Amino acid sequence: MAEVLVYVDHVDGAVRKPTLELLTLARRIGEPVAVALGNGAADTAAALAEHGAVKVLTADAPEFTDYLVVPKVDALQAAYDAVSPAAVLLPSSAEAKEIAARLALRIGSGIITDAVDLEAGDGGPVATQSAFAASYTTKSRVSKGVPVITVKPNSAAVEAAPAAGAVEALTVSFSATATGTKVLSRTPRESTGRPELTEAAIVVSGGRGVNGAENFAIIEALADSLGAAVGASRAAVDAGWYPHTNQVGQTGKSVSPQLYIASGISGAIQHRAGMQTSKTIVAVNKDAEAPIFDLVDYGVVGDLFAVVPQLTDEVKSRKG
Amino acid sequence: MSLRIVVCVKYVPDATGDRHFADDLTLDRDDVDGLLSELDEYAVEQALQIADEADDAEITVLTVGPEDAKDALRKALSMGADKAVHVEDDDLHGTDVIGTSLVLAKAVEKTGYDLVICGMASTDGTMGVLPALLAERLGVPQVTLLSEVSVDGTTVKGRRDGDSASEQLEASLPAVVSVTDQSGEARYPSFKGIMAAKKKPVESLDLEDLEIEAEEVGLGGSWTAVDSAAERPARTAGTIVKDEGEGGKQLAEFLAGQKFI
Ligand SMILES: Cc1cc2nc3c(=O)[nH]c(=O)nc-3n(C[C@H](O)[C@H](O)[C@H](O)COP(=O)(O)OP(=O)(O)OC[C@H]3O[C@@H](n4cnc5c(N)ncnc54)[C@H](O)[C@@H]3O)c2cc1C
Ligand SMILES: Cc1cc2nc3c(=O)[nH]c(=O)nc-3n(C[C@H](O)[C@H](O)[C@H](O)COP(=O)(O)OP(=O)(O)OC[C@H]3O[C@@H](n4cnc5c(N)ncnc54)[C@H](O)[C@@H]3O)c2cc1C
Repeated sequence: MAEVLVYVDHVDGAVRKPTLELLTLARRIGEPVAVALGNGAADTAAALAEHGAVKVLTADAPEFTDYLVVPKVDALQAAYDAVSPAAVLLPSSAEAKEIAARLALRIGSGIITDAVDLEAGDGGPVATQSAFAASYTTKSRVSKGVPVITVKPNSAAVEAAPAAGAVEALTVSFSATATGTKVLSRTPRESTGRPELTEAAIVVSGGRGVNGAENFAIIEALADSLGAAVGASRAAVDAGWYPHTNQVGQTGKSVSPQLYIASGISGAIQHRAGMQTSKTIVAVNKDAEAPIFDLVDYGVVGDLFAVVPQLTDEVKSRKG
Repeated sequence: MSLRIVVCVKYVPDATGDRHFADDLTLDRDDVDGLLSELDEYAVEQALQIADEADDAEITVLTVGPEDAKDALRKALSMGADKAVHVEDDDLHGTDVIGTSLVLAKAVEKTGYDLVICGMASTDGTMGVLPALLAERLGVPQVTLLSEVSVDGTTVKGRRDGDSASEQLEASLPAVVSVTDQSGEARYPSFKGIMAAKKKPVESLDLEDLEIEAEEVGLGGSWTAVDSAAERPARTAGTIVKDEGEGGKQLAEFLAGQKFI
């Protein structure tokens, strides 16, 4: 069976959920061969094997942390040369998309980004994309070269499928441009203890209606009662009430959870672009005319300062 | 020596309008107004600020797009860019990102550059990969997704805020930069700027000028193919209740019914 390269997104050996989803999709096309780079690369093997990786190619070198993107492109290209895969799959993170694009150009292949589903087709894998703020669903293919496709989080269920996951060291020779962009320093983001926004099953978001940084405690309390991640509209972020990393929308994160709860958010097109594919959508807004209500499965027209805390109390008491 | 800055700007359909696919499954440009991608306004703004700090700098705005795309160039010129380059050719219709990066790379090289500045993503294709492709083609460093950028002599520095960390980056010119919407609010064109823009030069180039064969671009030259595009069915109208004091409890009831609690 054809091999499919899967680029592994991990933090010091801990594999992130979107990569496990990719392995599920990769198995529809062929046999997943995972590529893990950087610190802790070999530690990813157990999780990858459990989810279907027949092989795990690993490489670590200071270049991966000291320089931007290109060293990882060099490594993925080395893996590509070693394997001759039928497709290359990467998660749709900002960095992985850049790696995917440069690899595609080098190997003479087309690229599809932000797929939300993937199937085997007669002429190679068929990707489903969602376009124009999710108002269209398209089916596309790469028509030249070996398909390079990036896939959004929450596009497939994680399935266990034990495989060999044999670890092999990958030999990488870095290109002349690898050291072009120096990473002078890196400040890791502090963990909030809440689920990762793009991966969470439930997202609770606040907008301009929350009216102040201190009031986000109301949104956080609801999120914590549901085990959810916290999101924010750009208006709330621009006002400095919540960090930019939590922004949902076109220029923020795109989320596709089982449940999205928007409070004090009007539902501008750029916000909708990032949450419209959520399975169930709920909104609390005091304006009955707010466009967000066009999207909802359930909406409450009311003051969020009354409705949200009441909901939180109710959730807590029901969960006992 | 003058710092040559090229800003890549895209002409896109207005996101607040009704965007559609045409019969050939490319973007239907007749149905909706076009404009300068709002995210590229941030690129123009950073170019203007970098030029202000430099002893001597010249800003060229560059677009690949149909005839109307001149509107995007005019907007950028009215913000303060010095001149414009418009690559237009009927054979470009339907070009994918790999092809677009080829055209932009050739046009950038022809124009001459020390620094290329792009937006973080277009507001239509939203791939966010073009700057990386451009750097790969030009063989220069990519310093992308910056929320803060500055140029000191022949060095470009910036801050990239990623998912798990915030990074300080540095590279030597020439380089390709892309900036996010966190990099600083873009200025509005002044009346004076709008008047001045009318007199600024807009150079038109076609594929022949760039020594690109028609087969390398367009729908036929694309390395990707769209097989179908279907409008997403409208969501079925949800339940909407007015809070009369029990709104939170009613919502909890709904969530429990959906097994979220
Ligand atoms: C290029 C570009 C990219 C953008 N990217 C993004 C993006 O990624 N994400 C994003 O969100 N936006 C983005 N925007 C901005 C977007 O256009 C909107 O301005 C933004 O989403 C508005 O945020 P909001 O809904 O919180 O605020 P508003 O539109 O001001 O809405 C606030 C809502 O809160 C309600 N409200 C007020 N008080 C209460 C109360 N006490 N109880 C209940 N409801 C209340 C109001 O009725 C109103 O509907 C982008 C814009 C551009 C041009
Ligand atoms: C809904 C949709 C989906 C698409 N999906 C794919 C796909 O999966 N694969 C594929 O190969 N193509 C795809 N395309 C085509 C692709 O969008 C165009 O080729 C496009 O010009 C480059 O990609 P982008 O607009 O996503 O740019 P991005 O990579 O998002 O743009 C980043 C920056 O590059 C610069 N830039 C981009 N285009 C131009 C331009 N024409 N002129 C000047 N500067 C520019 C701007 O500074 C912009 O801010 C898609 C187009 C649409 C409308």
